[in-house]
Amino acid sequence: MSRIVKISRRDFLKTGALVGGGLILGFSLPVTEAAAKGKAVASFLQNAFIRIGTDDTVTIIVNKSEMGQGVYTALPMLIAEELECDWSKIRIESAPVGPEYNHTEWGPLQGTGGSSSVRSTWNQFRKAGAAARTMLMQAAAETWKVPQDTCRAEKGFVINGKSKKRLSYGALAERASKLEPPKEVVLKSPDKFKVIGRPTKRLDTPGKVSGKALFGIDAGVKGMLIAVVERPPVFGGKVGSFDAGKAKKVAGVVDVLQVPSGVAVVASDFASAEKGREALEIKWDEGENAGLSTAKMRNHYAELSKTPGTVAKKEGDAVQKLAGAAKTLSAEFEVPYLAHATMEPLNCLVDLREDSCEIWTGTQFQTVDRNTAAAIAGLKNEQVKIHTMLLGGGFGRRANPRSDFVSEAVHIAKGVKRPVKVIWTREDDMKGGFYRPMWYDRISAGLDEKGTPVAWRHTIVGQSIVKGTFFEKSFVKNGIDGTSVEGAADIPYDIPNIFVDLHTTDISVPVLWWRSVGHSHTAFVVESFIDELAHVSGKDPFEFRMGLLGKNKRHKAVLELAAKKAEWGNPLPEGRGRGIAVHSSFGSYVAEVAEVSVDRKGEVTVHKVTCVIDCGRTVNPSTVEAQMESAIAFGLSATLFGEITFKDGRIEQSNFNDYPVLRMREMPKVDVSIISSTESPQGVGEPGVPPVAPAVCNAIFSLTGKRIRSLPIKPEELKA
Amino acid sequence: MFSLLINGKKQTVKVSPDTPLLWVIRDHVGLTGTKFGCGKGLCGACTVLIDGKAERSCQIQVKDAAGKKITTIEGVPESSPVKKAWIEEDVPQCGYCQPGQIMQAVSLLKEKPRPTDADIDAEMSGNICRCGTYPRIRSAIHLAAGKPAKGGRK
Ligand code: FES
Ligand code: FES
Repeated sequence: MSRIVKISRRDFLKTGALVGGGLILGFSLPVTEAAAKGKAVASFLQNAFIRIGTDDTVTIIVNKSEMGQGVYTALPMLIAEELECDWSKIRIESAPVGPEYNHTEWGPLQGTGGSSSVRSTWNQFRKAGAAARTMLMQAAAETWKVPQDTCRAEKGFVINGKSKKRLSYGALAERASKLEPPKEVVLKSPDKFKVIGRPTKRLDTPGKVSGKALFGIDAGVKGMLIAVVERPPVFGGKVGSFDAGKAKKVAGVVDVLQVPSGVAVVASDFASAEKGREALEIKWDEGENAGLSTAKMRNHYAELSKTPGTVAKKEGDAVQKLAGAAKTLSAEFEVPYLAHATMEPLNCLVDLREDSCEIWTGTQFQTVDRNTAAAIAGLKNEQVKIHTMLLGGGFGRRANPRSDFVSEAVHIAKGVKRPVKVIWTREDDMKGGFYRPMWYDRISAGLDEKGTPVAWRHTIVGQSIVKGTFFEKSFVKNGIDGTSVEGAADIPYDIPNIFVDLHTTDISVPVLWWRSVGHSHTAFVVESFIDELAHVSGKDPFEFRMGLLGKNKRHKAVLELAAKKAEWGNPLPEGRGRGIAVHSSFGSYVAEVAEVSVDRKGEVTVHKVTCVIDCGRTVNPSTVEAQMESAIAFGLSATLFGEITFKDGRIEQSNFNDYPVLRMREMPKVDVSIISSTESPQGVGEPGVPPVAPAVCNAIFSLTGKRIRSLPIKPEELKA
Repeated sequence: MFSLLINGKKQTVKVSPDTPLLWVIRDHVGLTGTKFGCGKGLCGACTVLIDGKAERSCQIQVKDAAGKKITTIEGVPESSPVKKAWIEEDVPQCGYCQPGQIMQAVSLLKEKPRPTDADIDAEMSGNICRCGTYPRIRSAIHLAAGKPAKGGRK
């Protein structure tokens, strides 16, 4: 059945004529009186989602950042489904910053994250497509002087059923642009979908293969200088004094200046800037974190975990039931700080003028970055323009409420008074903070005589990601940062008595969301510990989970299919082990089965990962498959290698030699299945990450009898 | 002054002799397809062909590249089997590592026109893809080598 959708005041449709003819269509927030009178058309012209040119091109302006997850294809698919346009005529443009591009779920913020892009634009983008199609059909009907219901839209044409006359969208665009936008549109019923649900080639692939695709680091303007910044060796450190004499003598160096984040060396090109930086002499005031050490932090966390924290979840009386249980089991788990290590190191180009500021960068957080830049530059928000470039990976690092890489670049531009691009080296990027927090978990469970869990107690220790940011208000409830306990305070297992508490620590290491956020640690703990319980009660880990999942049908369905696909229960060749895990995050459900072996030196090889996802209705199955492979590679990097540690306040890692990430030879065979579903579309970019670590560690246990409770896996602990 | 032959075109640059070729290509010649990932020869993002062989341009000083035949991603024809296979398999995610991956694959296929999975593991493991496009890179290489792609994934 088709669905009639009212165009609400919020996404009131506006149309306008394009210079040179064409149809522009967009949704915008209600405009204020003043704006409505004068500037509405102008601001609308910049803010359309769809632009149809007289040459038949359909330009789709995407307000989500493309960082590999495929939004530059999935969101156009939503529009194309309703617009009935010719897919080969679609072009993509990244949206400027404007209220009409705000995230539909985040309040007045434009941004990309939380695996929310498809879910949050599902209606918005389809409505945009349907409205444009309606107007094009109306324009055709008027041209031919026939009733509109004798016309249909197909592959970029409006066709009259009777006369067989046809006009292309390009030919109709100008006339359509003069029409009143429809008050309501009819959305297709899903059984009529031709685009949504079909494996579709990415629109951004050709540019990424030719080498012409432009990332932030590739941006350039005339007269641009390049800057690198020497930042304090210790978080919170400050420049005591510095001598720029030698640096300034380096050929190509234009300026050396102090900015809040350190000392910037500005030069005609990157190589000169780097040489200049090497010649810098800086005396640091290291501040109170000079003694920071992972070992000390760990001891502190371990102690804290023995004391009561803030209650995140309480059902029944876990403490009492634990005391009276037939059998109890306790364990401690820990995971380290992790760097995002996006392939493209951070960078930002700023062209600051007296009354304007243009910024080219790969960001996930346009509004925040723009407003921060405006404040530093002393400009109005509207005077700052952000060009969102392709992101060479995001994983959360480019969604910083503190706008670190943008604000620093604006400070430098302010100082040098010329366009300047700040480039972070890999070392800068890795030592620059904003890590996935380090976590320490203490967990215990009580089982009855039959081996059924009756009580579950979980204490979590770690930093809050949102503390001190403007997100604190909305994310922290009753002293609990929701991102610290997600996946732990809402376990899917039927255990009558549950108690989860949290210690939010006060450590000055900058932390941030890292692909799958809190789930990246809670799934490891919960799914490893459930596995331990299964073994203690002498049950098969898959059956044990199924028995506890009760009404959680979607968990069960992915788990069951993953087990089947991985031939769970069938004997494996000598020296191989299997492990299973299931976890729900960002609205989706993922189960994974890992097949591993461990050699005499304790080195782990992951041979195969079977992955099943239920993400509701699928837009582009090809992308879903790619994102699962990607998530598994990302999760494996953390399971096998990833670790940021501190000694004497300094970060011990610097580059891919000491912070290894997964390489081709370590990539397992991945078998992805997608559950066919008519539920609303949900997250895809992140949900594949959480089950990886527990599936692998559970496999290692089944093979070796050794339980991994601390990541990354240390081969010396698994040595034969 | 150094005279470089990049993608069949002579380029003259005025830089210090120890300038990494990567930055000469990016900052001075203005070809931005070749990427900076680590600057230490650890990631392969900066891979170019020098006299037909894959090399890390961040590790080569301009003085050592002068007079040699340099090919960057922009110099590989769009009709080349590798680029076509990359498109067919829809390999890239964020895409940042892909120029380096493609250059490495071109070099591999030149040496071994029918690479095995083990050859691919050996030759391609110096090129990091943080997005984990490895399965598709593998099938694209097999496809470019003339093997049907599906099932080519390890
Ligand atoms: S940038 Fe040259 S190998 Fe990484
Ligand atoms: S595609 Fe993103 S790093 Fe390879």
